[in-house]
Amino acid sequence: MTGNLVVQFLAQGAQMFFVLLIAPLAVGVVRRVKARLMRRQGAPLLQGYRDLAKLLRKESVVAENASWLFRSAPSLIFALTWVAAALIPTFASGLMYNWAADVVALVALLGAARALLALAGMDVGTSFGGIGSSREMMIATLAEPAMMLIVLTLAIAAGTTRLAGVADFFITEPLAVRVSMALSLLALIIVALAENARIPVDNPVTHLELTMVHEAMVLEYSGRHLALIEAAGMLKLVLYLSLLICLFAPFGMAPATAGVDGWALGLLAWTVKLLGGAALLGVWEVSIAKMRVFRLPDFVGIAFVFAFLAILLAFLSRGAIE
Amino acid sequence: MPELYALEAALGALAAAAALATLMRGPMLAFVYPLCALAAIGLGAIDVHVLLGGGEFVARLPIGLPTIGVHLRLDSLSAFFGIVINGGILAASVYGMGFDRAKELTPRVEPLFPLFAAAMNLVLIADDAYAFLFSWELMSLTSWALVVARHTDPESRRASYLYLIMAAIGTSALLFAFGGLAGPAGGYGFDTIRAHPPQALVAALVLAAALIGCGSKGGLIPLHAWLPLAHPAAPSHVSALMSGVMTKVAVYGFVRIAFDLLGPPSWWWALPPIVLGAVTAVLGLLYAVLDRDLKRVLAYSTIENIGVIFVALGLALAFRANGQHEGAAVAMAAALLHVLNHSWFKSLLFLGAGAVLHATGRRDLDGLGGLIHRMPRTAVFFLVGALAASALPPLNGFVSEWLLFQAVIAGQTLPQAALHFAAPAVGAMLALAAALAAACFVRVYGTAFLGRPRSVEAARAHDVPLAQQIAMGGLALLCILGGLLGSVLAAVIAPVLRVLVGADLSSAGSGPTPLSLVAFDPARSIYDAPVIALFVAIASITTLLVVHRLSARRTRRGPAWDCGFPDPSPATQYTASSFAQPLRRVYGAVVFAARETVVMPPPGDNRPAQFSVVLTDYVWRALYAAPGRAVLRLSERLNALQFLSIRRYLVLMFGALVILLSIAAVMI
Repeated sequence: MTGNLVVQFLAQGAQMFFVLLIAPLAVGVVRRVKARLMRRQGAPLLQGYRDLAKLLRKESVVAENASWLFRSAPSLIFALTWVAAALIPTFASGLMYNWAADVVALVALLGAARALLALAGMDVGTSFGGIGSSREMMIATLAEPAMMLIVLTLAIAAGTTRLAGVADFFITEPLAVRVSMALSLLALIIVALAENARIPVDNPVTHLELTMVHEAMVLEYSGRHLALIEAAGMLKLVLYLSLLICLFAPFGMAPATAGVDGWALGLLAWTVKLLGGAALLGVWEVSIAKMRVFRLPDFVGIAFVFAFLAILLAFLSRGAIE
Repeated sequence: MPELYALEAALGALAAAAALATLMRGPMLAFVYPLCALAAIGLGAIDVHVLLGGGEFVARLPIGLPTIGVHLRLDSLSAFFGIVINGGILAASVYGMGFDRAKELTPRVEPLFPLFAAAMNLVLIADDAYAFLFSWELMSLTSWALVVARHTDPESRRASYLYLIMAAIGTSALLFAFGGLAGPAGGYGFDTIRAHPPQALVAALVLAAALIGCGSKGGLIPLHAWLPLAHPAAPSHVSALMSGVMTKVAVYGFVRIAFDLLGPPSWWWALPPIVLGAVTAVLGLLYAVLDRDLKRVLAYSTIENIGVIFVALGLALAFRANGQHEGAAVAMAAALLHVLNHSWFKSLLFLGAGAVLHATGRRDLDGLGGLIHRMPRTAVFFLVGALAASALPPLNGFVSEWLLFQAVIAGQTLPQAALHFAAPAVGAMLALAAALAAACFVRVYGTAFLGRPRSVEAARAHDVPLAQQIAMGGLALLCILGGLLGSVLAAVIAPVLRVLVGADLSSAGSGPTPLSLVAFDPARSIYDAPVIALFVAIASITTLLVVHRLSARRTRRGPAWDCGFPDPSPATQYTASSFAQPLRRVYGAVVFAARETVVMPPPGDNRPAQFSVVLTDYVWRALYAAPGRAVLRLSERLNALQFLSIRRYLVLMFGALVILLSIAAVMI
């Protein structure tokens, strides 16, 4: 039993390590696909790692009137995102600590990271920091409830709010075509785009003053602080892609009982699916334009409406059965 | 019965404090707060003793109504709410000990403070309708007197006037409720009422009256209008009591009537509290997120939290009516834990707002800023409170939120179709409220404590006296501990749950670690705050170590970057109003019919451009302003009756006599 515990513990550690390891690569894939579709050469796939290494080597310039909150926020944001990412079943379900937080807590952990980032954006007292924080929180008031409703819908379908239980349910049950699931999928994709500051909600590659949201909040960061914020952003992308994969394309994932061999296979499947998802994101980003900030509520609001319809259908269909 | 003597001694201490304080003036008044703190500790200790299995106790005192006396009873429900209330009183009293003896003590506040504290305790232990209503009214009047303490301020006067009217309406609704409960036989003792639950129709009317009576005290929309005016108008430690604690007495009143006195519930009783609570939760925050006054934002956030509590109570009623005791226990645990958690973080936030007011003399968010540098300790405590109020893990606000979402999901097993629509809708509203709360408190904290000072007063602020820091620090610690040890608190309230809904969180302690909070079944839902906190701590420490090892470690202070154009004027920062502008556009256009007008002078004209926003408060217009006007018009009409000739008065009297006689003839 103790041997098993050690293996489980190592597997959990491995998961934390793998999500961190693959995050810059996933972003590299998105950037590369976008560049190639625009007939550009594009940066090498490993550019993300180099960027992080470069930022770590540089000195960190902190604004004169920045407080302790500004300086401690990056590591906390990174840690919160990292823990949240480690809770999502990636290559295997039912890892050791998956039970510690359920889907509701997962949404709240991400909310905590976001609130800290928005506070850090306001700490220096610049106009851009405020613009970013204010818009980020406005988008969050639509995206977060949508996300909560999606996970509640999935929890109703699976009969549990535990992530591992939800994942197990989707592995073992053949993915029946259910309207509530389809609506949830659409809503989750919109939420994922909004939460990761991707096109059409936000453009991660520009610093255009009037449209930026996420970049405006982190404008004052540099050096190792910026490296942590960037890494947290990359982790968040992996988190959302893994969540989509684990819920809607779980094939290949090792069930809770699988041994080390099963995990290796699961890891391979997860890596392929994750990078495939990143490539799809790249294709999506070149095929659509950025929206005006005040049209975003309509776009993200669609996710909220879909998610609400999904949970309503889940409740009603459940009632009809009994 | 030693508890009884202890209880009487503590209440007597409060009364003595009040009596002595009326005789004293000036610095001598400072003795009130230590005495109140001692009394609160004593009362709280009795409550803890009773809740942890000391058994309830009953007493009949020969005061009050002749030959009937006053019935008192301290059971586990009263004891739980007593802990909530005396915790708040203790914090407010400790905060009060930090007042400047020469300047900040007035005979308008200090004598009433212990009376207010005693009245709230009396409501909880009242065991007959007369004692309940008497203490309820005493609580209303003392808090009203505290609101009007600064009567030279016209806004305070207006707030207290509205409060008085709403309190009167609320009490008369409760009078009606107890009348219905007592029935034709007129048994006003709670044990008599419990033995003879009313008929279905009467029960419905009583429930409606209780919802009006307790809802108006707690701030349930649309009965909330007085609350955001009255709570901030009082001195800050009294605001903390009113918002953090007195609203809980209102919740207690509703729980006592709906779960204890009214007998077995019908399933549809659940709908009014659920619907009103959900609307209150969302609207309360929309008000909060658009308001610019620090204390008023906190008061609106109280309204939101009362809404959340009423949703949980409604769900508990629905589960209980359908015999689903486990679901009822989860919903009830969510309600009670939220009562406890909200009393902690809201008291903390109001005391923090009081500290800001004390240090800067300002409550308008647009005049604050940068206080994290000038008031470092208050800033830390306020941050804890703000994050707890935003329902973010691992703080205490999230624990009750988590339980509530578990109850919402379990709503799928309820057999009624109406609840199948209500439960997911409520889930959506609660999720929206949680996200809006985060936006609201990021806005409050970001404008008041972060950034650069927007006024001279904010730039010259200083941290508050030690006693006030201790009061806030203690509450902040409770917010953190309550977040980590939610499972322990859930175990402590188990006796209350068993009394109210006939079950407790049966699976408690069956989780993977002893501190896991489990809803229904460990296979179904677990939240383990200590493990998550540990993971986050390990992850951040690892990160710090690794980053420090890998990175250049150099840090330089420099001017802000701000895209290359930093402006030294603090007016270029985002203010509370500008932060709220996107939210106003998204939500305000529908809910408040927000209209923005920009007046641009023509080219060549030197006048400044003007920007104005008009918001319409539909609730105020329909339910307060219109009836107010109607009453005024009617009274002006009737005013003419004062100036009639004697002949006409005789005709009027004769007419009245004829009408009364004909009514009597028809009736008999």
